[in-house]
This record gives sequence, C-alpha cells and structure tokens, in this order.
Amino acid sequence: MDIDTKSSGVGTSTGQGRAPARGVALAAVRGLALVPICLIGSVLCFCLTLVSVALVPIGIGLVTTPWVLTGVRAFADRRRLLAVEWGGVRIPRAYRPLPKDANPWARTFGMLRDPATWRDFRWLPVDMTAGTVTALLAFALPLYPLEGFAIAAGLWRVLPDGYWYGFVRVTDQVSALYAAGLGAVVLLAALWLTPRLLHAHFRLTGAVLGSGQGELAERVRVLTETRRDAVDTSAAELRRIERDLHDGAQARLVAMGMDLGTIETLLEKNPEKARELLAQARRSSAEALTELRELVRGIHPPVLAERGLGDAVRALALRMPVETEVAVDLPGRAEAPVEAAAYFAVSEVLTNAVKHSGADRIWIDVHHAEGALRIAVTDDGKGGAAVAAGSGLAGVERRLGTFDGVMAVGSPAGGPTMVTMEIPCALS
Amino acid sequence: MRVVLAEDLFLLRDGLVRLLEAHDFEIAAAVETGPELSRALAGLEPDVAVVDVRLPPTHTDEGLQCALEARRARPGLPVLVLSQHVEQLYARELLADGTGGVGYLLKDRVFDAEQFVDAVRRVAAGGTVMDPQVIQQLLSRRAAADRPLERLTPRELEVLELMAQGRTNAAIAGRLVVTERAIAKHTANIFAKLSLEVSDDDNRRVLAVLAYLDHGR
Repeated sequence: MDIDTKSSGVGTSTGQGRAPARGVALAAVRGLALVPICLIGSVLCFCLTLVSVALVPIGIGLVTTPWVLTGVRAFADRRRLLAVEWGGVRIPRAYRPLPKDANPWARTFGMLRDPATWRDFRWLPVDMTAGTVTALLAFALPLYPLEGFAIAAGLWRVLPDGYWYGFVRVTDQVSALYAAGLGAVVLLAALWLTPRLLHAHFRLTGAVLGSGQGELAERVRVLTETRRDAVDTSAAELRRIERDLHDGAQARLVAMGMDLGTIETLLEKNPEKARELLAQARRSSAEALTELRELVRGIHPPVLAERGLGDAVRALALRMPVETEVAVDLPGRAEAPVEAAAYFAVSEVLTNAVKHSGADRIWIDVHHAEGALRIAVTDDGKGGAAVAAGSGLAGVERRLGTFDGVMAVGSPAGGPTMVTMEIPCALS
Repeated sequence: MRVVLAEDLFLLRDGLVRLLEAHDFEIAAAVETGPELSRALAGLEPDVAVVDVRLPPTHTDEGLQCALEARRARPGLPVLVLSQHVEQLYARELLADGTGGVGYLLKDRVFDAEQFVDAVRRVAAGGTVMDPQVIQQLLSRRAAADRPLERLTPRELEVLELMAQGRTNAAIAGRLVVTERAIAKHTANIFAKLSLEVSDDDNRRVLAVLAYLDHGR
C-alpha cells in the first residue's frame, strides 16, 4: 500500500502534474521509433557501403557507389532532421557539391574524397550500437517498472519460480512487492533519465556526424552562394548599363554628329534649314545628358559620392511623394560598396513602401552600433509586406547578403511595417 | 561685372570664360580647385561667383561648401551653383540663409547662352534662380498631398512654376506671351489661394513660394 502512495508521490513531487509524464511518454515513443531506424537503417547503409566500395576495383562499384552514398546521405539527412525536431540538436551538413552530369568515375571518387562521406561511414557503426542502445533505453526505462508493478499485482503466481526482475528474485508475494519497489525506483529514475537519454542519442549523432569544420563549411557555402549572387547581379548591371548607353546616349550622339555634318553642308546654301537642325542637335545633346544623368544615378548616386550615406538618404527622402522623416547618426563614412548597397537597399524598401503600403508617413533611422550599420525603415501603411521570392525585398536581402548583411521585415496585417537592415562594417 | 569662375574641367571652364566675356563680364579669376576658389572669393571680392559643385582635390561637394562658407563670411555674396545633377537637399542649403543672390542650375542650362547669362545677371542683382528640375520635383511632391495646389488652374500652375524658378513678372509675361497685367493678376490669385503674404520685392516673393513648396507653408 505504501508503494502506491509512494508512486503517487512521484507524480506530484515533480510539481508539474502530468506534463513531465507526457514528456517522458513522448520521449519513450520516440526512442522506440528510433530503434528500428537506427538498427535497420545503419546496418543496411553500412553493409551496402562496404560492399559497394569493395566492388569499385571491378567496376560494378563505380555504378553503385554514388547511388549508395547518396542513400546514406539521405539517411543521415533524415536523422539530422529528427535531431532538430525531436532533440533540438542542430547538426550542420557539409557535403561538397557534385556536378550533376559528372561521369560515374568522377562522381564515385568525388564522393569518396569528401571527408563528409567518411564521417557518415564512421557514424553508421556508432549509430547501430551506442545510438540504438540509448534510444532503446529511453524507451525501455519507463516501461520496465510496469512489469514490476504487474508482478506485485499477482503476475508472480504464473511466472516460473525464481524469476529475476532486475536483481530481485521473485518467489512469493513479499519478494514480488520488493520487485514493485524496485520498479518504482526505476520509474523515478526514468522520469529524469528518459528525455536526457533521447537527447544524449542526438548529441551522440551530432558529435560523430557533425564535424568541427561543419561551421566553417557552412560559412564557405554561404560565401560561395553570396559571391555567385554578387557576380550575377553585377554582370546583369553591366549588361543593363551597356544596353542603356548603346540605345540611349550613344545613339543620340551619333544622330547629333550626323546633324552637325548636315549643318556644315547647309550653312552656305540653306541657313534657315541649318538653324533648324542646330536646334535639333542641341535638343539631342540635352536628351543625351538627361539619359546619362539617370544612368549615373542608377550606378552610383552623385549625392552618395559627394556626401555619403546620411545625406544621400536625406536627398532620397526629399524625392519621396510621401512625408518622410530621416534620422541619421553616423560618425564617419563606410566603405563605398557598403554605402552603395545600403543606399540601394533603402531606396528599394522606400519604393516598396510608397507603392504598396498606402502609408502617409515614413520614418528612416540610420545609425552605426556594435560594428554594424543599422537601418530601420518604418511606415504607417496597411502592413502585410513579405519577402516573397522574386519581390523587391528578396532582391534587397540578396544584395545585402554579399556584405553579410541581414534584413528583417515585421509587417502585421494593418501595419505598421518595419524593415530593419544590418550590415557589418567599420566607419572611417 | 566681375566674375569668379570655378570649374575643374578645362573644356567647360574655357567655354564659360568665353561665353561670359562675350556678354561683357569681366573674369576676375577662373580656378579649378576648392582651395583656389576659397582664396579667390575672399581676396577678389567679385560681383558674382559661378561655381561647380564638385571640385578637386576631394571631388565631393567642395565647390558648394566653399560657396556657402564665403556667403557666411560675406552675407548675400551672389553665387550661382552649377552641377551635373540637382538635389533639393543642396537647394535647401543654398536657400537656408534667406538673403537671396543664389542660383542653382544644371550644367546643361549653359547650352542656352541667353538664359544662362540672364540667370547670372539675376543672381548678381540679388535674385534667386532655381533650376526647373528642382521646381518640378517640389511641385510633383507637393501636389501629391496638397489641397491648395489642386485649386490652382493649369495656367496658374504654369505661372507658379516660372515664378519659383525666379523669373520676374515681365519675364513670365514674355514667356507665356500675355501682358504683364495678366501675370500680376495670376500671381495675386496664386498668393491668395496659397495664403502667402504678398510682397512687391521679386526675390522675397520667390523665396516665399519656394519655402511653401518645400515645407508647405
């Protein structure tokens, strides 16, 4: 009887009612789910990898290895996902990218040269042993006490004489009660241990599967991506500039030259016509200048070159059809590329706000803190702005990414919308 | 009339010198850097300065800064600022002291010699000359949120635009091919509709209109 009170005391002593019990049950179920995954998956992956790699010298392996290793990676990825979802453990993924159309030879050896492949391979035996055991324990610990309670409740009668429950030899009701007592102790331990065991399982996975270089590899991957973005955007920009010059100012100058040539011949014969053409030539030159001015503004706004980011943003605000307040606190100037990126980001965000938000006021705040340029653009519009793929804001995000900058958009329905940007940089 | 000219591109400087000399201006100095300009403005006491915004050695807005500094030292010193691009921000800074004798034009306006020389003369006389582009920007921005502007007739808007650029009633009348009396009536209407103080002084009028367009008062 006192066991009952004891066990009921367990529930309350944790002081959270049934919540830990539910947590333990959940961990146990997850542990149970993990056991077959660990065992079957790892053993299968391990054996297939061994066989496949062993068959490389006779050629079969060349075909099978990429398949098998891709499977192993998929399996490992699945487990990375579970580690995040169930255990909150982030395991970085750092496989080298493979060319899609590479021949089997290149693919096989490319994969085999990747240290991540060998990390996967090292992890499989660990997973099928220690990984399985931790998962199994997480499941078995909360279950085992139930047997003890069942024995005390009368199961001992049908069990063979001298049945061992843990280290208790069950022979009669008294020893069966001892078994229940032991079960209660185990249950107590399980309440504390089970979630930790499951977590330990994921930590183990992370320790072997993730590498010390994972962070670095992740960084390299990000850098590669942003560099590609930067190269792409600048190439597109150059193409645009080339086209604008070719079709605009250049064409106008050609026309002007032709007009001037005609004027030369007409000066004597037909001064009236020459005067007409002169006026036309002057118009052409004015138009060419206007176009060049627009183009220059798109490449690097003159105010930015002359005054820096603060005043460039002020000048931008003055051009807005919406009342825009600017607060700038910059003790120095950032590097020109950073300034330009920040300027165009602000410009894009403002354009967005004017076009879509229906705001009648916008506030811009620019300051430098903790080694980063921080810009906030707030409008009192209707909200609902999102960084959808292909939208202007997504472009801003990419552009800032080149400088390790980040952007966050807070825009609840009904507003206000606040776009914050941060670009790490030093001021001079 | 003695002019100090600051422009770093030789071709343009040379062209401006010849243009101004052809119109009976005396070129006191034609310089190409900020420090040279500062010295010329302080030492030569010109009647008017024609200054490019961007000058060596810094290639920032050195010309503008030198001009503003010279005007602080000698309030009302007539300065006509030229630039490849016009910014309301710079226009504001030039107008800030409210003493007139200020011009701000795109370099392209030099193409029209008559207009340009007229602008130099008006600035030298203490008037205010603003580039049509600045006025256009101000107008379009105000029009987006401004009730009184909506009440102006298209003709009145035209007059307002020319007035904001710093033209006199006579000049506006010539431009729109109407009598000066008609323009006077238009301006009176405009000032009534925008609830601005009427003034006989041409430049005070321009400054009032510009202040209205810039700040809505």
